Amino acid sequence: MAILALEDGKIFRGRACGAHGVLCGEVVFNTGMTGYQEILTDPSYAGQIVCMTYPHMGNYGVNSEDVESARPWVSGFIVRELSQRFSNWRGQMDLERYLHEHNIIGVCEVDTRALTRHIREKGAMRGCLSSFDSDPDELIARARCAPTISEYNWVHEVSCTEPYEWAGGEIKSESRHDVHIVVVDFGVKRSIVRQLGARARRVTVVPAFWSAEAILDLQPDGILLSNGPGDPAILRDAIATARKLIDAERCPIFGICLGHQILGLALGARAYKLKFGHRGANQPVKNLLTNRIEITSHNHGFALTDLPSAVELTHINLNDGSIEGFRHKRLPIFAVQYHPEASPGPHDAHHLFDRFIELALAPSAHYAQAH
Amino acid sequence: MPKRTDLKKILVIGSGPIVIGQAGEFDYSGSQACKALREEGYTVILVNNNPATIMTDPESASRVYIEPLVPEILEKIIARERPDAILPTVGGQTALNLAVELARSGILARYGVELIGASHRAIEIAEDRLLFKETMERAGLAVPRGSLVRSLEEALSLAKTLTYPILVRPSFTLGGEGSGVAHKEDELRAVVQRGLELSPVHQVLLEESVIGWKEFELEVMRDRGDNVVIICSIENFDPMGIHTGDSITVAPAQTLSDREYQKMRDWAIRVMRAVGVETGGSNIQFAVNPLDGRMLVIEMNPRVSRSSALASKATGFPIAKIAAKLAVGYTLDELPNDITKKTPASFEPTLDYVVVKIPRWNFEKFPGAKTTLTTQMRSVGEVMALGRTFKEAVQKAIRSLEIGQPGLGGDDELLLAPELIRDYLERPNPKRIFSIYRAIHGGASIEELARWTGIDPWFLTQLEEIAHLERRLRVQNLESVSAELLLQAKRFGFSDAVLAKIFRTSESAVRAKRLEHGICPVYKRVDTCAAEFEAQTPYLYSTYEADESEAAPTQKKKVVVLGGGPYRIGQGIEFDYCCCHAAFALRELGYEVIMINCNPETVSTDYDTSDKLYFEPLTLEDVLNIVDVERPDGVIVQFGGQTPLNLAGALREHGVPIWGTSPEDIDLAEDREKFALVLDELEIKHPRSGIAFSVEEAFRVAEDIGFPLLVRPSYVLGGRAMAICYDKSDLAHYIEEAVRVSPAQPVLIDEFLQDALELDVDAVSDGQDCVIGGILEHIERAGIHSGDSCCVLPPWTLSEEILDQVRSVTKQLARRLHVVGLMNVQYAVQNGKLYVLEVNPRASRTVPFISKATGVPLAKIAAKVMAGMTLTELGLCEEPKVKGVHVKAPVFPFDRFLIDPILGPEMKSTGEVMGSAETVGEAFAKTQLSLKSRLPTEGTVFISVNDRDKPAIIPIARALRALGFTLMATRGTAQFLRAVGLPVRPINKVSEGHPHIGDAIRAGEIQLVINTPSGKRAHHDEVAIRIGAVKHRVPYVTTVEGARVLVEAIRSLKSGLLRVYALEEFH
Ligand SMILES: Nc1ncnc2c1ncn2[C@@H]1O[C@H](COP(=O)(O)OP(=O)(O)O)[C@@H](O)[C@H]1O
Ligand SMILES: Nc1ncnc2c1ncn2[C@@H]1O[C@H](COP(=O)(O)OP(=O)(O)O)[C@@H](O)[C@H]1O
Ligand SMILES: [Mg+2]
Ligand SMILES: [Mg+2]
Repeated sequence: MAILALEDGKIFRGRACGAHGVLCGEVVFNTGMTGYQEILTDPSYAGQIVCMTYPHMGNYGVNSEDVESARPWVSGFIVRELSQRFSNWRGQMDLERYLHEHNIIGVCEVDTRALTRHIREKGAMRGCLSSFDSDPDELIARARCAPTISEYNWVHEVSCTEPYEWAGGEIKSESRHDVHIVVVDFGVKRSIVRQLGARARRVTVVPAFWSAEAILDLQPDGILLSNGPGDPAILRDAIATARKLIDAERCPIFGICLGHQILGLALGARAYKLKFGHRGANQPVKNLLTNRIEITSHNHGFALTDLPSAVELTHINLNDGSIEGFRHKRLPIFAVQYHPEASPGPHDAHHLFDRFIELALAPSAHYAQAH
Repeated sequence: MPKRTDLKKILVIGSGPIVIGQAGEFDYSGSQACKALREEGYTVILVNNNPATIMTDPESASRVYIEPLVPEILEKIIARERPDAILPTVGGQTALNLAVELARSGILARYGVELIGASHRAIEIAEDRLLFKETMERAGLAVPRGSLVRSLEEALSLAKTLTYPILVRPSFTLGGEGSGVAHKEDELRAVVQRGLELSPVHQVLLEESVIGWKEFELEVMRDRGDNVVIICSIENFDPMGIHTGDSITVAPAQTLSDREYQKMRDWAIRVMRAVGVETGGSNIQFAVNPLDGRMLVIEMNPRVSRSSALASKATGFPIAKIAAKLAVGYTLDELPNDITKKTPASFEPTLDYVVVKIPRWNFEKFPGAKTTLTTQMRSVGEVMALGRTFKEAVQKAIRSLEIGQPGLGGDDELLLAPELIRDYLERPNPKRIFSIYRAIHGGASIEELARWTGIDPWFLTQLEEIAHLERRLRVQNLESVSAELLLQAKRFGFSDAVLAKIFRTSESAVRAKRLEHGICPVYKRVDTCAAEFEAQTPYLYSTYEADESEAAPTQKKKVVVLGGGPYRIGQGIEFDYCCCHAAFALRELGYEVIMINCNPETVSTDYDTSDKLYFEPLTLEDVLNIVDVERPDGVIVQFGGQTPLNLAGALREHGVPIWGTSPEDIDLAEDREKFALVLDELEIKHPRSGIAFSVEEAFRVAEDIGFPLLVRPSYVLGGRAMAICYDKSDLAHYIEEAVRVSPAQPVLIDEFLQDALELDVDAVSDGQDCVIGGILEHIERAGIHSGDSCCVLPPWTLSEEILDQVRSVTKQLARRLHVVGLMNVQYAVQNGKLYVLEVNPRASRTVPFISKATGVPLAKIAAKVMAGMTLTELGLCEEPKVKGVHVKAPVFPFDRFLIDPILGPEMKSTGEVMGSAETVGEAFAKTQLSLKSRLPTEGTVFISVNDRDKPAIIPIARALRALGFTLMATRGTAQFLRAVGLPVRPINKVSEGHPHIGDAIRAGEIQLVINTPSGKRAHHDEVAIRIGAVKHRVPYVTTVEGARVLVEAIRSLKSGLLRVYALEEFH
């Protein structure tokens, strides 16, 4: 008997199916039906207890390819049913063993729909997950005194500590553009680096705490502010750095998810916490410039509002009208709240990376035309 | 983009009669589309010759044409109505092919009509196998290696470049019709020849076989803004090689990682763009190699399909409705998601449950047909079940099938060496899932099973988990089993009935135990978004979860309508039509209407047909669980056919309030022995009958009744296993081989009324008054199942005094059986004497037909009567007068089974068409016009009839001569006709050697076959003739009466100009 206790006193019971232990975190749900391995290894989930709404997890096992970082980051994994046996030609290990090996507390046999509905009604909240038949009241108490998502700087934990260059992957370097992209790693997903690496000849990933000067010393043709975990408002240094990078007017900047929020804040927008966030692979986003709709992959609990006059709104979420993207009116700077790299999720927005590389190839042109 | 204002009038084409591969799902999509277009203010003209459809109701369209779906008739309708556009994508393959013909023949151009939903070009590309292949290759998408051929010679030379087995797939067909696998050259010859014949354009694709690969489908939508969304992914439990329509299928896909799924999604979008489907829904099928993930595009259907109906029910996303709105110019983001109301339709539904669909077959009705499942679909219906896990869903689906299997498990003798049933595992067949389950118990490994069946190990493992739990249950009994274990069994989908078998106790005992432990299901909602947003529509399914139920029963006055379950021969769309009308009527009266059904091909399971939808099996357990939660004021069992009717008694015993005719009276009418006494008491004539528990007894009964006899096992319904015995040897054969009579299984023996005319009467009664809805005169003699006979409304040969007798007897019966609601009586008239054959105390197959013909909504009136209103209040005081002549003709699936197409007391037809006109000939001609084998107006007629029929055939032969036909006959018949001075060309029987009639049919020398069976078990000679006719699509009749009206029909065809009528012109 394993237990999830929420800070509002609600209890959900299930069966332990991963590592053993007790831990607290923000409880969120993801509505994607595939891609559990990408979700587990997405650094943006650091410190969160993730409930999957699709009941069967682990059907196709896990493999060495579908990872978004070196290790899983979710701290707890809640599912309805974990497959006893996987079936897929790429599968290498079953999910339960994977959870054990990476010391992730898993709970199955949970009424995940009830849990999801509860979070939808009451909002994402802290919870305490125990793989033991612990005393619920004690767990509730622990949930209540755990740090909130806005009280803990997860970026420090997930960001790389040393810069590194992306090896490039399958695509031959001749077929890639001769640009150097610097990725500021707030918890970057590998697919972002992969997407860039498939287009740019050189991609350097640098730690989140690097200064603007250090970044610009790398002579980047484009800078990408990556996705990452937590509340953007507490990342004051990062916001200041972004501010400097913008003012430097040296090269195009592209922000994704947390990077989008940091850019926004640097430009004077406000960030707020969504009731229960967007986490899934079926979110409709409308590009206001083309009127095209893209089905996109989301993973964010915060969003921007009150965009400054310097930027224009380019993307909105058709479900709740929230801001999903903007671009600078004068500078080659743009950002999206969702995940164009997908993984997991639809590939509808891959073209944004092409756009970024175009800008990186001829930034001056864009500065000029923008003036 | 907003909707188009340049369009005013839109013609919607329906899919015609229910046939294998094209069933009720197209009434669902068609009526949704009509509703959607009318909402938008367009004038909708509808054409469909299937009367048992909601879409042909006056409410669905401004004008409804129940007319043949053929170009010449469509042209007349277009000329009359001058529509601006045609929507051809909601009427299945029929509508699509018709649209192509209209475009090719220049009719569309002539009248300036535009195709919306799918352009002529897009349809051509998608349906022409070669064009499609080339288009895919150009778009860089992989397809199986192969190429198109137009002749057998081409095929044989191409085959040399391919490796056997080779797959043959005709262009422009549906349900895998004419497709097949050839393992060697002679097989190839056969399959190709047939394929070429069946393809409307005489083309077949020969390609590399990927049998055994995994099969997937994606349901895709695209709008004018080139926005594309995937509504649903479906994974076939059965591998490639088994038609998706004959496969168990599962939504969403279970064994694809996100990478593989997204690749499939990318390909689907490229297919949409390459084919150029501008707006609407399409179905795209993929094959995936389980060993390396290699993916191929198999086909796309540029229209709503069986799978998209399934996807709509599985996700809650109304594909047909949205498709219709996209067709008139909207973009997805402009349309709301009906279920959440707040979010737009431009998204991809996500599920938090598992959906399993299982086909329903009717092989038992076609003795001799091979039950091996192939690329040709042969199921006649399907069920869908939802559960939180695959295990739960598959168990629910199995018990929804009504095949006497309340789920997996509970078999008497468990251990069964897999080797013994190896063949049942390797050869795909309707019972395979049961064999697999038993093989698991017998110790077969998942690896072996996967190798033998080609089914993915993930699915097999789910079955294994069920089997393992059963093992744990088997060492327990009802007393010893713990609450935890019992709960887990329910979570694994075990029904009370199966648990009762396992625990060797009664279902009610299990139920009692369950309730004692407080183990009952909760209900979750289907909301398209996995609970991310609040669901506004109550569309529910049961599951066993600890935490929360979303049933939210109201305090309103409410009534439950029980649906009909899976379509099957004998219980088809007519009953769903009645259920829908009951729902509409009771909503009009202000009741909250709760629908329970498990058939995804229905309008009744559309979430806006009723106030609340429970997508659940129609078993006692599942219905009682819902009743416990909802506490309805009444439950209606009269409209869903035999399925709910059979539950009436048990429901009553559990204290459930049954509306309408009481279960006791239902039993009185249904139990043939009790009913015979009722008839005697009322002094109403009925065939003499007896019951026999042994062969000797049977002979004794036969003695005093006298041959011929009509025999049937006492326990069956729907005319199953009924037969006519002309002599002792017939009777002996029937009893010893056919039914194996025993004290437990007696046979009912009736006097068979020879050369009797049969009538079908539908009436509605409020307990006081009874009003006849219509009297149908059958064309075929009694002895051919009412569902298989052509009927004429109003009666055309019967005398008024007989009809008056019919009326008074019907009313007498209604009063005696205290009928409240509908009643169907079948009569036979022999030598001017009226006999009652049976009473069905429920809505019947003929109710929709009568309602269409007379404009009187019988089912609605009946529902209101059951709610307590009187017929006077409802203004139905007398039998409706009938304007014009209306003929109902059955449609048969023999071409799918290739067995002797003779008719008898057991029903074989899958659907029906309606023809309305001024004369019987004209009306009948209309019913025959859109059949695959068209009536000839010239050529050669082959006649071969048994001796009893010979005199009657003379005037028919004369008439055919007069109409300019050449006559051909087998010796006996030839001499007989010559003797009366008719010129006849004799021809060999098959047994007399070449060139024989079989050759002539194959060579296309025969345009019409008249062949009546020689009574006893058919001679293989006749059989060969009839099967030949079916195979080569030569129209045939097997009864003299049929031949007689056929002549009438040909006469009116020759006289040219069939007039078309809008339905209301008859009201
Ligand atoms: N190349 C192939 N190899 C093996 N099986 C095939 C192949 N092509 C089609 N099939 C099987 O035949 C079935 C029917 O083919 P399909 O083209 O879908 O016919 P229809 O269009 O009439 O539905 C498919 O569901 C699939 O299982
Ligand atoms: N005594 C009889 N004499 C002649 N034909 C009969 C007789 N009883 C039944 N039939 C024929 O058999 C058909 C099926 O019998 P019926 O009792 O209606 O079974 P079901 O319940 O399947 O409708 C009838 O439609 C009728 O044509
Ligand atoms: Mg097809
Ligand atoms: Mg009958």
